[in-house]
Amino acid sequence: MTGSPKLATEGLGKTFPGPDGSPESEVCALTGVDLVVGGGEFVSLVGPSGCGKSTLFNCVAGLARPSSGRILIDGREPERLLGLVGYMPQRDLLMPWRTVLDNCTLGLEMSGVRRREARARAREALPRFGLDGFEDRWPASLSGGMRQRAALLRTFLAGRDVMLLDEPFGALDALTRSGMQAWLLEVWESDRKTILFVTHDVEEAVLLSDRVYVMSGRPGRMDMCVEIDLPRPRALGTTTTPRFTELKARILAPLQTAALAQAGLPE
Amino acid sequence: MVLPPLAFSILFLAAWQAYCVVFDISDAALPTPVEVGQALWDQRQLLLDNTWVTVQEILLGLLCAIVVGVTLGALIRGSRMIERAVYPWLVVSQLVPIPAIAPIFVIWFGFDLRPKILVVALVSFFPIVVNTVDGLKAVEPELINLMRTLGASRRRIFLSAQLPAALPFIFSGVRIAAAFSVIGAVFGEWVGASEGLGYLILTLNNQTATDEVFAVVVVLAAIGIGLFALISLIERIVLPWYHRPRVDAAP
Repeated sequence: MTGSPKLATEGLGKTFPGPDGSPESEVCALTGVDLVVGGGEFVSLVGPSGCGKSTLFNCVAGLARPSSGRILIDGREPERLLGLVGYMPQRDLLMPWRTVLDNCTLGLEMSGVRRREARARAREALPRFGLDGFEDRWPASLSGGMRQRAALLRTFLAGRDVMLLDEPFGALDALTRSGMQAWLLEVWESDRKTILFVTHDVEEAVLLSDRVYVMSGRPGRMDMCVEIDLPRPRALGTTTTPRFTELKARILAPLQTAALAQAGLPE
Repeated sequence: MVLPPLAFSILFLAAWQAYCVVFDISDAALPTPVEVGQALWDQRQLLLDNTWVTVQEILLGLLCAIVVGVTLGALIRGSRMIERAVYPWLVVSQLVPIPAIAPIFVIWFGFDLRPKILVVALVSFFPIVVNTVDGLKAVEPELINLMRTLGASRRRIFLSAQLPAALPFIFSGVRIAAAFSVIGAVFGEWVGASEGLGYLILTLNNQTATDEVFAVVVVLAAIGIGLFALISLIERIVLPWYHRPRVDAAP
């Protein structure tokens, strides 16, 4: 990587006030999080639930103000984070009162692009996202996988350089998920946007990413960063190669230890 | 689709007729359906003349209620302070008995349409306000967050997310309000009117023409049903997405 990374956090921390407002009841969701994502990189965050991944995302997206540390975009601390970073939350949040096409244009519309032009741009991108022919349907008539693709298209079209994807495939069944992973790899290859991807599925993280950050929780912190040196472009078949298995084991080890500890079982 | 209500109505009417005949009920107490039907036909001109006035009161009153109700609902949702200040007064407005307040309206506005419209609006606007507020609250906070990350202004968020999400609730409120509006028009006319279906009930009651009173009630019921149907039709046009059945699509 040359120059400043696209996205970086330094010593990011977030504490939430407790129910009675006293310092003792404060909840520390994140502490000392250092994260770096270079331009065009696909970086994943894995960690157990409650490790602060969502809080981290909310801070980077500008929805929550960090209690400590800073967030840098292109090496500078922006005055206002809200709207700088593309954000795809876990649920697709497609508006039921808008057609698929008009849902995809939401980001463009909010940026001031005229309806007609926004619709044209969305129509162009529909085939790539496997939604050709569905532009005038209501979201309620789409399957889970299609809804996620529509939500992803909405995020892509919003045109931010950095995209935060929060477990986009978490709610899908295993088969659909594999298909979506292969599809995301292909779509990302052509665009090479900078992506920060949260998942609880270690295999998914290793398959998709250039680097994987492993977090542990309560309070949330970065434990390690694993470089994924598997060659690109990747295919679903990569998951059975020995190198893949090695990397996966390296990441799984601390997570499994933590899970056992939490369940009160011996290691 | 029409068969069940039709069948039930016929059954009901047959039972009513049988009851009156078998137990020899006096027609001043409970006229038979046949007698009511006869009165409907004989008095059709009288009924028609008075229907239009009442329908006007209902429609205009409902329209007022919708405009005031939705606006008030949006204001209440937009500000905690307004909510706390206004809500108690809203509740009070519904507790004042109509027979007490309607004469005051007549004193203010005279015997024309306005006091009746006001009474209709008064009884109709509360469910609309409550449902508007609840509807605006029904937007998922995550959707609002998403729109904020897309750089949407507060106005944009209100128009593109909160209002459309609230519309089904608002329509529910309008349906409830419609039911109240018919009764409201009748009460309004009882206090000071020289025409209208409510006024007809009063005069016919004094003449113990029970079958004709029932005929008026039938007309009022038809108006109520017609209103409901109209609201559903409008809802179907305005919210085409709301009634869509789930269709399985291949992924």
